[in-house]
Amino acid sequence: MKEKYDCIIVGAGPGGTAAAYTLASNGLNVIQLERGEYPGSKNVQGAVLYANSLEKIIPDFRMDAPLERFLAEQRVWIIDKDAYVGTTHRTAALNWDNADRYTILRAPFDRWFSKKAQEAGVLLICETTVLDLIKEKERVVGVRTDREDGELYGEVVILADGVNSMLARKAGFRKEIVAKEVALGVKETIFIPQEILENRFGLVDNQGVAIEMLGAITRGMLGTAFLYTNKESISIGIGCLLADLKKEKIPPFELLESLKNHPAVKPLIVGGEVKEYSAHLIPEGGYHAMPQIYGEGWMIVGDAAMLVNSIHREGSNLAMESGRLAAETVIEIKKKNARFNKMNLVLYKEKLEKSFVLKDLRKYKNFHAVIGKNRHFLTTYPEIMNVSLFSLLQVDGVDKRTKERETIKNILKKRSVSGILQDAIQLWRATR
Amino acid sequence: MHVVILVKQVPDSSQIRVHPQTGTIMRQGVPAILNPYDLFALEKALELKDAYGSFLTVLSMGPLQAEAALRKALSYGADEAILLSDRAFAGSDTLATSYALAAALKKIDSCRKIDIVFAGKQTIDGDTGQVGPGVARRLGLQLLTYVQEIKHIDYEKKKVLVHRKSEKGIQVVSSQLPCLMTILDGHSAIRYASLPNMIRAAKAPVKIWNRMDAGIEDISKIGLKGSPTVVGKVFAPQSSRGPAEMMEGEEPEVLCSILLEKLFKKYPEVEKEVLQQVR
Repeated sequence: MKEKYDCIIVGAGPGGTAAAYTLASNGLNVIQLERGEYPGSKNVQGAVLYANSLEKIIPDFRMDAPLERFLAEQRVWIIDKDAYVGTTHRTAALNWDNADRYTILRAPFDRWFSKKAQEAGVLLICETTVLDLIKEKERVVGVRTDREDGELYGEVVILADGVNSMLARKAGFRKEIVAKEVALGVKETIFIPQEILENRFGLVDNQGVAIEMLGAITRGMLGTAFLYTNKESISIGIGCLLADLKKEKIPPFELLESLKNHPAVKPLIVGGEVKEYSAHLIPEGGYHAMPQIYGEGWMIVGDAAMLVNSIHREGSNLAMESGRLAAETVIEIKKKNARFNKMNLVLYKEKLEKSFVLKDLRKYKNFHAVIGKNRHFLTTYPEIMNVSLFSLLQVDGVDKRTKERETIKNILKKRSVSGILQDAIQLWRATR
Repeated sequence: MHVVILVKQVPDSSQIRVHPQTGTIMRQGVPAILNPYDLFALEKALELKDAYGSFLTVLSMGPLQAEAALRKALSYGADEAILLSDRAFAGSDTLATSYALAAALKKIDSCRKIDIVFAGKQTIDGDTGQVGPGVARRLGLQLLTYVQEIKHIDYEKKKVLVHRKSEKGIQVVSSQLPCLMTILDGHSAIRYASLPNMIRAAKAPVKIWNRMDAGIEDISKIGLKGSPTVVGKVFAPQSSRGPAEMMEGEEPEVLCSILLEKLFKKYPEVEKEVLQQVR
């Protein structure tokens, strides 16, 4: 007689491990299957860790999690061809113990998180790919892996197998990936000695900086770029909507190269040695792209469920939150001795609706469609801002009133008053 | 039949970087793997298990993290795993390591008679190939290095017939059991473990032995004290190749003469030789 698990979790990323940890620490019998050699071996992220969702799972994670730096400073840059306008926010109120976000390297972080789960009692099996869900009538009762005697049975299966979620697609829970609902992100980790890095960015005591960038660097395509400081390296990357990359026929590494050579970025990474190049899909379709996330004996969490807030660059925290909520759903149903059918698992969706995850996704549900159609936000406005500031700030013998008049005239040449008003209304609506 | 496989956890040398300033090896973030050569030894042992139902023990020495390597060996089908781990072992060279392993093997042998000890031909981090032979010498075992294939085992007569690679060809060697073999790479790739084995390995306890468990009383033979090897200096070798140079021009003849000019300038002796040939 084969052992039957309370829960089978497919994937050992943040979503799967959050679920696994929560279940195991409540005494459930959990097996988790990971395709990669170790948790984190297949993952790519900037990466910024948002503390809140992890804190709900492991309150004292700061004690031993492999965190790189806490973010004391955040910059947003609106970039033109050879200039940028930016905002900077830096505060001394944050420190290592109370910060809400940290830079991390995913490979060591995921391993740490998974180790915590294993210590809580999760049985983790790596290098094992789940090929199919085993169904009895319509009910999912287990999984079939690529190994000999590779069938496993459980009361409920949580799919946390990432953006591609082969499994959800194969089982018909999700449609094929659409190029306009995913972004392709590419990233480099550039080694820079700690002292140089800290001097360059003005950092002390594990402080870190995050720079988010948009504008000319994506060449009109829907996307953003980032630069994060780690302990002794910089993570730099750029991501654009896959449909746009396809249409423009621009290879992503070329975008990354020109980002690295942009006059605003180049001096920050000069002298560094590229340690790592990686690429990954990001599910950015938002609320509308979300598939059915629960059914007869199954739930989907994290990227596999398309839970990413691309506007705020959040994803792994949504994965952790959804993983934890899926686990809590299992625990509650188990307590009632009820069945893991669709009727009961709706609780997972209800929990997500009440959490920031779906509240945020709903808030921005039309954002991509609006910005996708109206590219002025990515092309015209960054240019206008940079050019206008340049001429306003130049002291060249022209009097200020004439300068202002000229600037306004130039702006209106690029975009009419009614156009600007329309854009403003659109942007407002897209974020309500 | 009882087979012991000696394994080591090593940093994946294909992913090692040298610190650009200090020149030391950066182990941070480099994944630790089971020494690839040991996998060939393990597979050979697993084949014996398939054929004769042998009992397989994997033995390693290293820090506690090395447990992962042993667990991996269990997942392929080994029956028992023992890790020698003790602060007193820190800094051991091949001499001290073979002493400790030999002591542990004696202990294992006293519980369950050992017939064959397997080891990879070398590790990919130290590359010495000394530990296997060192262990054999200390235990007075027959030593068969560079074994390609085990042709035949006669368990009754305690005899084994193997093919071992030599510089000029293949030697067919017969030996008495018990013996120690170091296994050559490339002849039997490790199998894909079954799921029940993976689960068993994930749950199975790895025995952790300190020096006392291994029966080592004399600490002057282990660790730094027992290691006469001294690392004088570590450095990253400079690439001997200079940077590539692009020569531009349309006419092949012109390009050729530019190339020759550059070559002769760099290697005057070549010029002399070529000129002599031409004459």
